[in-house]
Order: sequence, then C-alpha cells, then structure tokens
Amino acid sequence: MPEPQTPRPSSRQPGPAARLLFPLALGLTLAMGLASLFVGVSSVSPGLLWAEGGTGPATEVLLTSRLPRTLALALAGTGLALAGLVLQVLVRNRFVEPSTVGTTESASLGILLVMLLAPGLPVPARMAVAAGFGLAGTGLFLLVLRRVPQRSPLMVPLIGLLLSGVIGAVTTFIAYRTDMLQSLGAWSTGDFSIVLQGRYELLWIVAGLTLVTAVFADQITLAGLGRDMAIGLGVNHGAIRALGLVLVALLSAAVIVTVGIVPFLGLVVPNVVSLIMGDNLRRTLPVVCLSGAALVMACDIVGRLVVRPYEMPIGLTMGIVGSAAFLWLLTRRRGHGA
Amino acid sequence: MIEVEGVERRYDGLAVLSEVTLSLPRGGLTAIIGPNGAGKSTLLSVMGRLQKPDAGRVTLEGMDLAQASGRLVARKLALLRQDNHTAARLTVRDLVAFGRYPHSRGNPGPEDHAQVARALAILGLEPLADRFLDQLSGGQRQRAHIAMVLAQDTECILLDEPLNNLDISHAVRIITLVREAAQALGKTVVVVLHDINMAAAHCDRIVVMKGGRILRHGPPAELMQAEFLSAVYETPISVHELAGRLVAVY
Repeated sequence: MPEPQTPRPSSRQPGPAARLLFPLALGLTLAMGLASLFVGVSSVSPGLLWAEGGTGPATEVLLTSRLPRTLALALAGTGLALAGLVLQVLVRNRFVEPSTVGTTESASLGILLVMLLAPGLPVPARMAVAAGFGLAGTGLFLLVLRRVPQRSPLMVPLIGLLLSGVIGAVTTFIAYRTDMLQSLGAWSTGDFSIVLQGRYELLWIVAGLTLVTAVFADQITLAGLGRDMAIGLGVNHGAIRALGLVLVALLSAAVIVTVGIVPFLGLVVPNVVSLIMGDNLRRTLPVVCLSGAALVMACDIVGRLVVRPYEMPIGLTMGIVGSAAFLWLLTRRRGHGA
Repeated sequence: MIEVEGVERRYDGLAVLSEVTLSLPRGGLTAIIGPNGAGKSTLLSVMGRLQKPDAGRVTLEGMDLAQASGRLVARKLALLRQDNHTAARLTVRDLVAFGRYPHSRGNPGPEDHAQVARALAILGLEPLADRFLDQLSGGQRQRAHIAMVLAQDTECILLDEPLNNLDISHAVRIITLVREAAQALGKTVVVVLHDINMAAAHCDRIVVMKGGRILRHGPPAELMQAEFLSAVYETPISVHELAGRLVAVY
C-alpha cells in the first residue's frame, strides 16, 4: 500500500527548466565542440586557419587530429549516455549503466580474448565480439537479478558491481597469465588522445544506433512502465527489451573498442535529465544525447588543460566528476523511489 | 463479448483457477467478488492476456487472445492491474496520452488529443496534468491510470480493484463513470471489487469466486443472500433492504 506522499517543494511541474534544457544542451555541445577544436598543444585558431587559407600545419592538425577527436568525443558521449538511459528504463532502476551491470567488463573480456586468440581481426569484427560478450554479460546480470529478492533499489547496482568485479577479475587473471596486463590497462582506460583520422570512424555507428533508439523511443518508454502496462498497450515487451539490450551492448562495445572505458557518464547524464524532464524518452532522448556529448567534451578539455602540455586521460576526469555526481544522486533520488 | 472456456491456471502445481467458464455478453458492468485468494486477479490477468492459461482459452469477439496480435487486442481491450508502481517519471498528461498508443502508434491526431483531454476532464485531472506521477498521492495516481484506460477507448475494459486508494467521493464517481460507460456506450466492463455493497448497487452482474472456481454468477438480487454470502466469506453476513437497495451487513 503506497503511502500518501506530499509533493516535494523542490520538484514541481516540469516547468521552464525542462523547456530550457534542450537549447541549453545544444548550446553547450556546440560551445564545447568549438573549444575542443581549438584547445591543445599545437596552436590552432580561426585566425591562423584563415591566414593559411586551406593548407598549412594548423589546417593539417585540425583535420587529422582535432576534428576527429572532437567528433569521437561527441559520438562516444552520445553513445554512453544513451546506453545508460536505455538500460535504466528497461531495468527500471536509476542506478544502472553499462559499467555497473557487467556489460562493460564482459565486453573487455571479449576484446582481450580477441587480442589473444585472433589478433588480426579487423576492428568492426572486434567490436562485434565485444558486443556479443557485453550482451551475454548483461543477460547474466538479468538472470542473477531475477533470482535475488530485491528489497531495495540499491541492491540492483550492488549485484551488478559484484558481477562486474567477478568478470573483471577473470579478465585480469587471463591477462596476467598471458602477460597482457599492461596492454589491457592501456586500452581499457578511456583516452581520446589516441584518436586520429582513420582510427575513430567506427564510432559513427553510434549515430545509427541513436536513430534506431529514437524510432523505438515510445515503445522503450512503455516497456519501462513494466510488462503488464506494456502488453496492455499492445507493445511486444519481450522483443523491445531484447532490442534495447542489444542496443546497449552495441553502443558500449563501439565506445570501448575505439576509445576505451569511460565510467559514470551513462549514470550521471540520464539521471540529471530525468530529474528535470522526466522519463518520456521521446522528449528526453535529444537532451540526453547532447548532454552526454557536452560532458565528455568538457571533461576531455579539462584533461588537456590541467597538466599542459601533457594530458590526463578522460577516465580520470570523468571518474572524479562522475563519482561525485553519483554520490549526490544517491542522496537526491531516494525520495523518488529510485 | 468475452468468453472464458475451461480455463485452468497453476502456480507450482497449485491450482489457482480450475475449470473457469464464463460468458459475458457485450455491454454491461460485471463485478468479480470473493475472498482473498479466490483467483479474482488471476482470472482478470488471464482475460487480459497477461497470463497464459495452462488449459482452456479466452476469446474476445471470437478472437483467441493467445493467437491474436498484441496491437489488435490493445485496441479492443484495456486493463488496469492493481499495483501501479510505475517507477517512471511521466507527467499525468503523458501517461494518459500513452493510452492512445495502440491507436496512434506514436503519431497522435486530433481524435487522440480529444480523447486525452476528455479522459483528463472526466477524472478531474486537469489541474494535475503536468505533474509527475511520483509527485501524486496514491489516489491521484490511481485516477491517472484510470484516465489512461479510458483514453484507450476500448470495447472491453478490465479493472482490478479500481477503487483502491480512493476516497468515497472519487470511488462513487469512478464506479458511476464506469457504469455509464457500460450502459450508455455499450462497453463490456469487468471490475474486481472487495466491497460487496458497491458491487450490488452498481453492477449488472456479479461473479462470485472462491478457491479458484466460479461459485455462482448472476444479477445482484439473486446473489445478495445472507446464507450464500456467509458461506462464501466464512463470516456471518446479513442482507437488508435499505433505501431500495440490498445491503450486506457484516
């Protein structure tokens, strides 16, 4: 029997804040994108580019390094935020994202096995294997979840983190025995400094997956209302759930294969957007994608500036920002029944 | 019309429904009553295709629910479960608008908007339309879900304890509304109720269940008998005529 709740004074109608969020996210994304093009060790500026008139070192840096890096950041941010959003809606829990349910760790295990057993595999095939492992890991998580009584919404990410730990331990063990520990660490820590023209293009798959998610936005929202409601409204609950989990696995795998693991993003962005705008995917999807892109770009720019001329990997900056935000959300979302 | 033919349903070998056969003609309000564990909610779930029967079948206008497409059924049959613990942060308006999903498939037209506005008005939800569900009281949330079912505008409506969490004024308003839908618009409405007197006063038919079986069904006047009800609920119940109504006192 739900107790009558008094509405919280701090969160009323989805008022002006919700309406302003889209232009704000769009503006931030564009601003961060521009900043990302012009921040770095070698100087690239609009004036310099103009003076070079289309050919020269600054133009070269822009086209082979800065532009690919910025696009990679935007696509990875979009993909991770989207993966977190879809997972949260389908699992019906606020505290899950690919790295807290075993998707990320399983995908990493897949990549390690590819490096050991079929090192010559082209990148798209590597991504497919990672996605397959990621999907299997998520499936395992859901199976475990079904068997454990859930008294608190916090149990769900706890189980996921335990499972991730176990899978991560297996990966580390294999890497240790095969002398791959160092390279495992090197590629699994999210890092955009390695992105150059010709080495990130696989991430464009994120754009395609975003479109697919947008097409099914209503059905995913309805699946998030629970099986009974979804069936009552004529949605094939099982099929949409399966589609959503495949999307999450593909999105995660695409990002891990190209730039490595970027933690917390999928948790923080959808949660903040949900607090302000609610959970109607059709409305929140563009904002979640843009905010994800903007946050990843912002963290990367900070990483480029703090220890100039060196760089801090994004995994570190995002880890700091993200874990702080996660703690804030834990205390904030209690009242919303998670 | 809805036909339940020889439906059986077991959980872990325990029969929750046995040999349930029921034929409900088109139009009219039917209440399912009975003690806890009688199988009322399970029967409603099976009729609403949320659970598959282990034997037997349910047909809606001759269409077998087990085989019909989910989309098609959603345009003809709406149902509301008892526990609406929606974790999603949707506004009331969005939730009610999703009731149109089987018709609009995400592209609402003027007819869809009109139905949503009508449902919001009928349940007095206009002032709350832009609130999130998690900011409402239990009763307000219940009304929002009923509005969603109304907006779905189906011939057949199944409601599991729709009066839960509601105060007297809203309970009476909703049962009256449901009765009007059944009588004026010819909809087939089935409600699970705990309040025998509510069922007797407003419903055209009562189905009495116990131990996974249908004991009797018929018009309220036939079933409002002290001896029968006392046996069903294993509690002394007397029936009196009061202000032209049969009232059970317990």
